[in-house]
Amino acid sequence: MSDADPVVELADVGFGYTSARVVEDISLRVGPGEYVAVVGPNGSGKSTLMQLMLGLLRPDSGTARLFGEPAHAFDDGARIGYVAQHASASKEMPITVREVVRMGRYPHVGFGRLSAADHRIVDQALDTVGMYDFADRRVTQLSGGQRQRAFIARALASDADLLVLDEPTVGVDAESVDAFYGLLESLHADGITVLLIEHDLRAVTEHAARVVCLNREIYFDGPTDEFVESDALARAFGTAMPVGGDA
Amino acid sequence: MDALAVLFQSTPTDAVLWPLYWLLSLWSVFMSWLGSVTGLELFQYQFMHRAVLVGLCIGVMAPLIGTFLVHRQLALIGDALAHTAFAGVAVGLFLNAVIDLGVSPYLTAVVVAMLAALLIELISEATDAYNDVSMAIVLSTGFALGTVLISLNAGGLAVGINQYLFGNLSTVSAENAAILLVLFGIVVATIAVTRNQLLYVTFDETAAAVSGLSVGWYNRLMVMLTALVVVGAMQIMGVILVAAMLVVPVASAAQVSRSFRSSLLTSVVLAELAVVLGIGVAYYGEATAGGVIVLVAVAIYVVTVLAGKLRTRLGDTTAADVDRISADDTDSTAD
Repeated sequence: MSDADPVVELADVGFGYTSARVVEDISLRVGPGEYVAVVGPNGSGKSTLMQLMLGLLRPDSGTARLFGEPAHAFDDGARIGYVAQHASASKEMPITVREVVRMGRYPHVGFGRLSAADHRIVDQALDTVGMYDFADRRVTQLSGGQRQRAFIARALASDADLLVLDEPTVGVDAESVDAFYGLLESLHADGITVLLIEHDLRAVTEHAARVVCLNREIYFDGPTDEFVESDALARAFGTAMPVGGDA
Repeated sequence: MDALAVLFQSTPTDAVLWPLYWLLSLWSVFMSWLGSVTGLELFQYQFMHRAVLVGLCIGVMAPLIGTFLVHRQLALIGDALAHTAFAGVAVGLFLNAVIDLGVSPYLTAVVVAMLAALLIELISEATDAYNDVSMAIVLSTGFALGTVLISLNAGGLAVGINQYLFGNLSTVSAENAAILLVLFGIVVATIAVTRNQLLYVTFDETAAAVSGLSVGWYNRLMVMLTALVVVGAMQIMGVILVAAMLVVPVASAAQVSRSFRSSLLTSVVLAELAVVLGIGVAYYGEATAGGVIVLVAVAIYVVTVLAGKLRTRLGDTTAADVDRISADDTDSTAD
């Protein structure tokens, strides 16, 4: 794959958990180094779209490609960093920030042990997101914003060049949200492709370069300033929607 | 010599297990020496030598796999598999009674529990039902199958079934102890090799899948290892209490541990403490070992909860008072 090839490419993708389609006729290309936000109302298929892009779901129709390969068969998971609202483990799970960030190295070491070089990469990732001093703290003792930084550090430790974030700032206080997006912009400036599923329209319009507005099908796909001027949001949401609000 | 004698008059199972019988005889020599040094009556009987060894193995492997289960909120899967293992025991007893197969009921329990473990995963994947639904279905089916098989041959089977329901120190045969050593080796070696992958799947299933791990495969591995642990632990703990060893030491360790690594080690130490104290109290108090071990484990849990609360009061940080990282910090560190 050359540098100009898309990181994510969907062509006429349709998918439904039952006979009803959740997404339909989705065609989308995300190039290397782009900062793309996907917005849409609840139930619009944003998270499903993300799973299709990452190969976690296979489309009923059309094709999904990741780094030039069929998404479901893509096997270089170290290239992708994933950040969700919450981890799936119980809230009481004792695990430190450093242990979470080390997970980013697991795709590189397989069944082996982490080397001294791996540990240095982990420390560097912790430092980059400003969590080095919190490395030995239990994750359950972190604020929402700090927890998300730990997840981003895990992606950096993995040496990911695509960062996928699924509504990462839900339940995070406003000050930490701003800090979080500051960090994302910094990483994007370093060349990482950012794909953001987000409900906070203000954050999207302030930080993303390109917006995809979705409600089962794509209502808008283009530069953020054009999105703000367009009526895509009102059409997708079925009502007038201020861009400064939550989707 | 004991091991060789067993070899010459053995069944096919014995022939396979004879190196382990040799290990058991070495262990017995060590326990006898310990008995002569300490003067404890407990160590003078060979059946107690085996019971202690089995208990120590359970104290390692149950919390090892239990740590992953509890934090995946699958604490009750041990209970479900124990009930299916009970069905497996009933199958073994039934086959021995009807066609004189001569197979250890623990081996049939291993097979049935492994199949049940796979069934739980298949039901979850096929129906999108929550895991507790699939566990409840398999638990009920296992127990129903066991009771039906016992009732079909009530005179022959019901007599020995109590030892499987409640566990028994004195009925740990050399064959069953050897089988447990095999299960112990499989469980510990598998967890040692796949610990990173199991941790990732436990902590963040979607991120693990995105990173390229086959989450379904590791889920199946986890429940199959659980089935092996449950069957192994059933000898002493009994069907009804076996799940406690998967859960209680892990819950205790979570109260006082900061990292996953330390919680894993702490849960093993606490489980061993419960096993050693439990076996000792059960022997001298002439009580059921499984019940005493669980009561000791629960007492340890209460102590760790109090210790955890005390530590928080004495100044350990909580989410509420963690320093927030300011936007300024972000700019300086992320560049």
